[in-house]
Amino acid sequence: MASSPTLPKLVGSRVKRREDPRLIQGHGTYVDDVKIPGLQYLAFKRSDIAHGRIKSIDTSAAEKMEGVEAVFTGKQIAELLRPMPIGTPFPSPDHHAVAIDMVRYAGEAVAVVVAADRYIARDAADSIVIDYDSLPAVVDAEQAMQGQPTVIHEKFPNNIALGPIPSGTGASPDGKHLDDSAVEKAFKDAEVVISQRMYNHRLVPNAMEPRGVVAHYEPGRSFLTMWSSTQNPHILKSMIAGMLGLGEDQVRAIAPEVGGGFGAKINIYAEEYVCAAVSKRLGIPVKWIEDRSEAFVATTHGRDILCYIDVAAKRDGKVLGIKMRLIADIGAYNMLLTAAIPTLTMLMANATYDIPAIRTTLTEVFTNKTPTDAYRGAGRPEATFFVERAFDMLARELKMDPAEIRRKNFIPKDKFPYQTQMGAVYDSGDYEASLDCALKAADWKNLLKERDELRQQGKLAGVGLAMYVEVCGIGPSATLPTGGWEHAQVTIERDGRISASTGASPHGQGNETTFGQMLADQFGVPIEHITIHHGDTAVVKQGIGTFGSRSQAVGGAALHMAGTKVRTKMAQFAGALLEAAPEDIVFESGKIMVKGAPAKAKSFAEVASFAYIPVPLPAGMEPGLSADAYFEPTNNTYPFGCHIVLMEIDRETGEPKLRRVVAADDAGNLINPLIVEGQIHGGLAQGIGQAMIEEAVYSEDGQLLTGSFMDYALPRATDFPMFEMHSTYTPTPVNPLGAKGVGEAGTLGSTPAVVCAAVDALSEFGVKHIDMMLRPEKLWRIIQGRGGAA
Amino acid sequence: MIPITFDYRRASSLDDALKALAASGGSAKLLAGGHSLVPLMKLRLSEPGTLIDIARIPELSGIRDKGGQIEIGATTVHHAVATSRLLLDRCPVVAEAAATIGDTQVRNRGTIGGSMAHADPSADMPAVMVALDAEIQMQSAKGQRTVKAGTFFQDLFTVDLQPGEIITAVRFAPVKTAAYVKLYQKASHYAIVGIAAVLDVKGGTIQSARIGLTGATTHAVRLTKLEQALAGAAKDSVEKIAANAGAELQVVNSDIHASEEYRRAMVGVIAKRAVLAALARG
Repeated sequence: MASSPTLPKLVGSRVKRREDPRLIQGHGTYVDDVKIPGLQYLAFKRSDIAHGRIKSIDTSAAEKMEGVEAVFTGKQIAELLRPMPIGTPFPSPDHHAVAIDMVRYAGEAVAVVVAADRYIARDAADSIVIDYDSLPAVVDAEQAMQGQPTVIHEKFPNNIALGPIPSGTGASPDGKHLDDSAVEKAFKDAEVVISQRMYNHRLVPNAMEPRGVVAHYEPGRSFLTMWSSTQNPHILKSMIAGMLGLGEDQVRAIAPEVGGGFGAKINIYAEEYVCAAVSKRLGIPVKWIEDRSEAFVATTHGRDILCYIDVAAKRDGKVLGIKMRLIADIGAYNMLLTAAIPTLTMLMANATYDIPAIRTTLTEVFTNKTPTDAYRGAGRPEATFFVERAFDMLARELKMDPAEIRRKNFIPKDKFPYQTQMGAVYDSGDYEASLDCALKAADWKNLLKERDELRQQGKLAGVGLAMYVEVCGIGPSATLPTGGWEHAQVTIERDGRISASTGASPHGQGNETTFGQMLADQFGVPIEHITIHHGDTAVVKQGIGTFGSRSQAVGGAALHMAGTKVRTKMAQFAGALLEAAPEDIVFESGKIMVKGAPAKAKSFAEVASFAYIPVPLPAGMEPGLSADAYFEPTNNTYPFGCHIVLMEIDRETGEPKLRRVVAADDAGNLINPLIVEGQIHGGLAQGIGQAMIEEAVYSEDGQLLTGSFMDYALPRATDFPMFEMHSTYTPTPVNPLGAKGVGEAGTLGSTPAVVCAAVDALSEFGVKHIDMMLRPEKLWRIIQGRGGAA
Repeated sequence: MIPITFDYRRASSLDDALKALAASGGSAKLLAGGHSLVPLMKLRLSEPGTLIDIARIPELSGIRDKGGQIEIGATTVHHAVATSRLLLDRCPVVAEAAATIGDTQVRNRGTIGGSMAHADPSADMPAVMVALDAEIQMQSAKGQRTVKAGTFFQDLFTVDLQPGEIITAVRFAPVKTAAYVKLYQKASHYAIVGIAAVLDVKGGTIQSARIGLTGATTHAVRLTKLEQALAGAAKDSVEKIAANAGAELQVVNSDIHASEEYRRAMVGVIAKRAVLAALARG
């Protein structure tokens, strides 16, 4: 190695994403870029009605079409695949990958075509004629709970999928023993009670890259290779193997470049099982690429939780207790994590506050809509929204400053780890520091003055503030059916370069950069000498995947452990070469030396080479420099923050416009502040997007009316002012990095902050709460005194 | 999102395009920017047998002064209209409206002729052409034909364009005291209500007004009662006059983005803003 300059420490610095040059120059390889000789294309015929009995399916025209290889109905697919498994322990109706006799939402697959190209496949699917007995549809959860006008699954009366299950103060973890006395006392002692029905509406995740699958079963090898746009190739591998009757050694799953997931690519989908089963059945490789119209209805949706909340408080603002009755509209079926997501809303009902008594109950309800599952934040934004809006209402009722009412109720920083009423143990926190950071950044007093000046000019202006805490770094193995660890492997190559692999499967998180930074510091080598492998189960031997803001906090910790093992061994080799004790060896700027003796340094590559050609082999050592590690966290992490916005509403049109967005986020120690800001930036856009412009709207007969980007608004840069981002740093004791995770944080505080600002702006009309999204017409009606809100 | 099989033919000249159109026996559609047509084809709502691409015919593109009037070739893209020096100087309302269409990608491909022919009820440019009393020029094998924008737009996605005809240009007398204002929905950026106000102003008083509306009705129309009420009006009476402008409409659109009631109310608000913006150019 040439004499290298002194290398700066990279952990904690704003290293630009190593992934970006290839992605923005079109050199990324996505699923649709995968080409295999003999590849055939698969298309789905989907139900265009929301609920009905299939009377007949006529596939004869499709079968006759030139270029069509095969056509499968649901009945034929059921010969290859049993009903799909779910990842939660709750009861669930049979869910066939392709519908057999009933369809339960518009977009459900009813037949499969395999053809020579995508065009023929589409034409053939379109030519399939299905005769339905249409049944009434239900798209409203509260209506569905009455069993009216239809029951979607026979074995689930009144469309109740789960519950009501209680949680919180006086409830045993299994929900069997319930003591309401503490909650009842809180409400008996209350001097003021706030009660409100709030709806956290349904969203469509909309990753930039829709889903896609290539399945290649090689009969000669009895081996299946799957490419899928997924967040967790290892889980995919296990579940595909299980469903196809293959061993896990006979399946390789590859997540190549993945163009976003937002939680919707955690689920293992019907299309993945069908492609695998069809490839195995026909003995040919098949490809399915979801188009955008399909993605709107066939990829899981997010949110859609209704809450009846009551808050009991003293007139000085001290909150005594909370009751939350949650009703989750989960759509037509249980998917992998569907049933678990709303339980996270219960888990986080304690928010950032020291509340002595909380009772939540959760009911999950089937409707004739696309199933829900994880979506960025997954249950925690809903909890944050309900509690923060209720706190804001309480502040308004008591004429208190919204910041002060929160300060009065915070869990104090000396009470961590903090056992919540909901069964969580918050790892670390300093909520007051976060609030103060945001207040200072926003210049709170002057912000209120600015609002008041706008009002004096006749404008409708409002300020909104919200705290959040979320559960990340998921999690201990007890909390996930797959196990909650993560795996990493680090190899020093013979030439002194480093190959590492991680079971985290990034789809925008930038782990090639952050993990490269960590290893560069650990070994004192340039980041350019490090390659991070991920997303291929043949290369990455084990893994769980990327979701729940876990890749840095869990995957990064595993990498750190593996790196430490290799470093220790490399120090032993260096010690043998330099005739020194391994503990006196230091790694610096491409060199390995005895501390304080740089003149006798060996280059990193020399020591690496020695490890593979160890002549003589130091006593008691094996050749080679490679180690793997599994990190099992002892707890989740609980990052937190405070978001503040200033909004103006056009008095004549009702159009809301944000003038300022200030965010103070605490994700513990940061490996790369630039990437953290990028994550928060995107999260803010999605959180504000939900409040202001994003909404999945269904017609009464179960058609998704916002089924394209003509009607479903994705946030664009022009929809926002510049985001002002700030940080506090409260490390977690849960992992050796002190990093908490940040992928979802932006979506938590921003949504209620925006709605709080709208309510503040319209306070002169006596409005107390506004359900999202903030359509101009909805706000205009309030201004006109025509209601539309509570 | 995959269209049915179709043939593609690139026309080298207007004559070439006309011949191809006639030869297709009605199964062909013209392709210019494709930003309205192609999405419909991908949803299989439009299934033409042949696409005749007219985007590269030189004579159909460009913005020119024609004896004091301004002519915009049919395949001129919105971005060219939005940034035209000639329009910005002499008839800024047209550039202003073009700059609000869709997003950058749409403006770089979408054309003014396509916007006319497609006649989306929420498209921006029809309101401006109606207010400018523009002429739509069309060519067929039989010769040239010209109709006023006010009669060209007939109904929902329905215009006075005969089989075998190609829109070649729009032409109008430029007016400086004109403005376009829209309230748009955040997904498509199409107008919920869009108003183009074209005024003749003398000494701060409106002599006459032409007001074009899009978004609220099946097709772009003039608000004739508002126009009459504005004639002779001074600036400070505009708000009062415009307030109830929506009342003259018989039928108003309603969808998930905005109800009929809201749209009707917004016609008054946006009309006021458009008229005041036009006056500010006086």
